[in-house]
Amino acid sequence: MNLLAPTTSIDPLLPNKPGTPAVIKYIGAGLVLAAAWWIVYSQLALAARWLTYRIFGLTEGTPLASAVEFFVFEVPKVLMLLGLVVFGVGIIRSYFTPDRTRAILAGKRESVGNVLAALLGVVTPFCSCSAVPLFIGFVTTGVPLGVTFSFLISAPMVNEIALVLLFGLFGWKVAALYMSTGLVIAILAGWIIGRLKLERHVEDWVYATKTGSSGLADEKAALTTRVAAGREAVRDIVGRVWIYVVLGIAVGAGIHGYVPTNAMAAIMGKGAWWSVPLAVLLGVPMYSNAAGIIPIVQALLGKGAALGTVLAFMMAVIGLSLPEAIILRKVLKLPLIFTFFSVVAAGIMVVGFLFNALF
Amino acid sequence: MKKIQILGTGCAKCQKLTAVVDETAKALGLTYEIEKVTEIDRIMGFGVMSTPALVVDGVVKLAGKVPAIEDMKKLLD
Repeated sequence: MNLLAPTTSIDPLLPNKPGTPAVIKYIGAGLVLAAAWWIVYSQLALAARWLTYRIFGLTEGTPLASAVEFFVFEVPKVLMLLGLVVFGVGIIRSYFTPDRTRAILAGKRESVGNVLAALLGVVTPFCSCSAVPLFIGFVTTGVPLGVTFSFLISAPMVNEIALVLLFGLFGWKVAALYMSTGLVIAILAGWIIGRLKLERHVEDWVYATKTGSSGLADEKAALTTRVAAGREAVRDIVGRVWIYVVLGIAVGAGIHGYVPTNAMAAIMGKGAWWSVPLAVLLGVPMYSNAAGIIPIVQALLGKGAALGTVLAFMMAVIGLSLPEAIILRKVLKLPLIFTFFSVVAAGIMVVGFLFNALF
Repeated sequence: MKKIQILGTGCAKCQKLTAVVDETAKALGLTYEIEKVTEIDRIMGFGVMSTPALVVDGVVKLAGKVPAIEDMKKLLD
């Protein structure tokens, strides 16, 4: 490579040195884009009203107008938030490869390890399709079983898509509640699984597996590479979930406009104690459609559903999935999978009851 | 002769990676052979924790993502 050549390439594989003109250019472009983003974002409510009442000529106060206004406001809002946050998370994640996370967790004491693992689960790139190699890679290189579970619980449950939707549709308080209770469940459930000494319920061949070293851990990258990673994340994730967001908001808009207020109070309200376990039971088989389910749930909340029930449902949908259980069956014997799901489900129910009692 | 191995347990992204490798290698006019490694103990032997991963002549080049063809060219060259 010619060292005198201008290092303005945005090539993710040939790292640029930091401090080059490319970085300044990126920061400048970033500021302009951020300003444009904010201006558009702050005008969405006005634009939605203008579209609904001026362009479509709907009458204010009718169910149809209410549904349409909800839809044309929420869709661009959520998609814009999603793009922004996925971009940011994509950049953050480029600092935390699974290899680096494992290096941090290996040999940690259990309590500290559980907390670290839950936190790292939020920022480390994770796909449930890689759950098996990740699990083996962790437990064979000195990460305790309970600590590994803290990671495996927090990684899918506290994810950027869920947080964006919660923030966009419910506000920052609910998003923060979801994130902190999700972390607490991951920490405690992992700690309990560690205390139960369930190593014998890991398939025998797992601990006999020889895990090599990929040599990818020391990958250093410049800011430009990380920006490219953020853009890639937006293309990948937003490209995949936007349709669910639109469909979910469409159904949510229908509920918003047409379902009478308090219709949900009887079945999903505070008074119905059984709604929390039911919400968790219903949530487990539903998988990866968080993007579509959250807008629907948000609309239900407006019709008298209780916050704790709603949170429990979302956590069960996002955090516990049958496909993941089936994938993990390769490395875990049934008693351990069962314990894993029971402990997490119990934690989710406690959160549900707690918030129904508090709010 | 380049030996290209695709590590993965048959996920959708693994197929995508294979397609990108094929296309890139043809564009570069490489002589190569592709092996799909699906056995978990062999995948772990490479120390890879996120699939799909790309191994060229025994060296892990990439894990957990599918690059664009332009970027793949540099990995295969």
